Amino acid sequence: MRHRSLLLITTALTTGALTLTACGSRGDGNKNGEGKTTVVIGLDAPTTGELSALGLGIRNSAQLAVDIANKNNEVKGVTFKLQALDDKALPNVGQQNATKLAGNKDVLGIVGPLNSGVAQSMQQVSKQNNLTLISPANTTPDLTQGPDWKKNKRVRQFPTYFRTATTDEVQGAFDGQYAWEKVKAKKAYVIDDQKTYGVGLASSFKDQFAKLGGKIVGTEHVSPDDRDFKAVVSKVKSAKPDLVFYGGEYPASGPLSQQLKDGGVTVPLMGGDGMYSADYIKLNKKAQGDYASSVGKPVEQLPSAKKYIADYKAAGFKEPYEAYGGSTYDSTWALIQAVKNVVEANNGKLPDDARKKVTEAMNKVTFDGVTGKVAFDKYGDTTNTMITAYQVEKGDWAARFSAPFKEFDKS
Amino acid sequence: MSELPQQLANGLILGAMYGLIAIGYTMVYGIVQLINFAHGEIFMVGGFGALSVYLALPTGTSLALALPVMLLGGIAVSVLVGIAAERFAYRPLRGAPRLAPLITAIGLSIALQQAIWKWYPDGKQARVFPQFKGRALDILGATVQRGDLFVLIAAPLCMIALGFFVARTRSGRAMQATAQDPDTAKLMGINTDRIIVLAFAIGAAFAGVAAVAYGLRTGEVQFRMGFIMGLKAFTAAVLGGIGNIYGAMLGGVVLGIAEALATAYVEDIPGMQQFGGGAWKDVWAFVLLILVLLLRPQGLLGERVADRA
Repeated sequence: MRHRSLLLITTALTTGALTLTACGSRGDGNKNGEGKTTVVIGLDAPTTGELSALGLGIRNSAQLAVDIANKNNEVKGVTFKLQALDDKALPNVGQQNATKLAGNKDVLGIVGPLNSGVAQSMQQVSKQNNLTLISPANTTPDLTQGPDWKKNKRVRQFPTYFRTATTDEVQGAFDGQYAWEKVKAKKAYVIDDQKTYGVGLASSFKDQFAKLGGKIVGTEHVSPDDRDFKAVVSKVKSAKPDLVFYGGEYPASGPLSQQLKDGGVTVPLMGGDGMYSADYIKLNKKAQGDYASSVGKPVEQLPSAKKYIADYKAAGFKEPYEAYGGSTYDSTWALIQAVKNVVEANNGKLPDDARKKVTEAMNKVTFDGVTGKVAFDKYGDTTNTMITAYQVEKGDWAARFSAPFKEFDKS
Repeated sequence: MSELPQQLANGLILGAMYGLIAIGYTMVYGIVQLINFAHGEIFMVGGFGALSVYLALPTGTSLALALPVMLLGGIAVSVLVGIAAERFAYRPLRGAPRLAPLITAIGLSIALQQAIWKWYPDGKQARVFPQFKGRALDILGATVQRGDLFVLIAAPLCMIALGFFVARTRSGRAMQATAQDPDTAKLMGINTDRIIVLAFAIGAAFAGVAAVAYGLRTGEVQFRMGFIMGLKAFTAAVLGGIGNIYGAMLGGVVLGIAEALATAYVEDIPGMQQFGGGAWKDVWAFVLLILVLLLRPQGLLGERVADRA
């Protein structure tokens, strides 16, 4: 009896599931009143929690791109909708979100996530579902080029994954070069937070700084949840560096920087884009003089970004666009352009295998975006290696120097 | 070795904070044999209580003036939450199997975290806690922040007051009696329910003091801060001998100093380089705990007690 009832339930469930799938398949269901097709763009970012300042800027900027595409009727016959999910900066939540979005047939691509660690958990889901995943902020090289990129054995990992942010390899090297040439530091102390992003950034910094002749006077690893760094500070102090480099994010580096200065280490702290947030300065009363790099040029300085900034203000978002606003706008726009190409190639209609076509189209997308020219190389990385170094001045980040890393020496 | 005084000071300050929180674990355990895992969150809400008081004061109030009021605010919130937890979460389960209140404690801990996360203004992010201005002080070769002086003064004062209370007052002696044998204590006319509430309240008050110290030291309070601090303080309580108030403070200080020294010196031992530094400090702290428990299962100052069951 037990067996039979189990069989019955299984059959019933399978039939039910099949019926539901049939309901969800592309038909007239997703057409709205005016005969337009709705395309949903998924968004995954930490909109709550410690990194929410960055995450909310990402969500708002994606919303802005979607609204503008709809207003300008960017793709004829298609209305875009944003479905924003919160990943709380947790890999498992990111994976659940990706699965949830993949289950909705109208979703043709996901913008996000913020954290490289979260991206690792979402990539597989995106590949299995042929669903484009484009991150405005992930910088870990492994995500696109595989774990052996250091040995120069670069292999594209996921055909569905793209990003508009430059990798840590480039950014860390930029930081190393900037520290040596512009800050004129000779001795650096390197600290990382043991997370994917922090370790990668710190090791690229170390390599470049040492290559140029700088001395690494010590390395240290901390836990990203720690807020008491006094013991580490005392070690740094006795190593007497000219600069402390931190691979990690602002919730920890804010208190770290303050405790360094409180503890008598008066040299600046330098970090990557994970530190480039207004909250870093809010959490840290002694941020004056600290450095952070971020991908792209400061949007305020780009003529191409004037419109974006004006639109963002006009849209009346409560939160600022933060470090990845411009990059997110470009990511979302790249996805919209890919949909546009696919629709135009198919006589103004979405093809049945829209997801696959969009992924293919992503490789060929090219346009002038907020942060510069947007295009992707054979790994899915952005071809734009522009990076900017910022320094805290009077309670705000001031842009000091921008260059594409490859042309650093020429400028 | 010039780093040594500084690292000892770092460890002492951190350890004093652990110790203050550990008092709460140890007192409650000593009397009702309950590990109140929500105690870390009682510490956390105390920090938010103190911050709320500071924000309610007119802007520009000097921190030195505000501090006593903030301290009272922090203690009040912690104690209120502590007593409410005892009344509504633990008392109904008294006499239930030990696992039930333990699971309740974990649930309560999550509920308190989420409550701050959801309802405290901007509680989803770290909130900035006021800090003393001015240069750090140089004491015996160690740099000590002005804010850290608070815990260095508050912790011994609290311990003296608690020692006096337990040994000399009527309620304190009633507390000792309840800890030794609750049934007999009841027969002697002691209102054990009141004593249990008192133990929760004192533990919570100490957590409130620790929360203010934590805020002054790190410059922020956030809804997750109770988890790690609570876990460390619990470790300190076990290390010192759970049930013993002086043991809790000693355990805290030993743990704090062990962490600081492990960060600083383990990597200097030949062959141990990869096991040193901040990343491994918690590992060494727990290695120490295991060693102590192997050699002295009752903890540093704990007494060997006959099994009650």
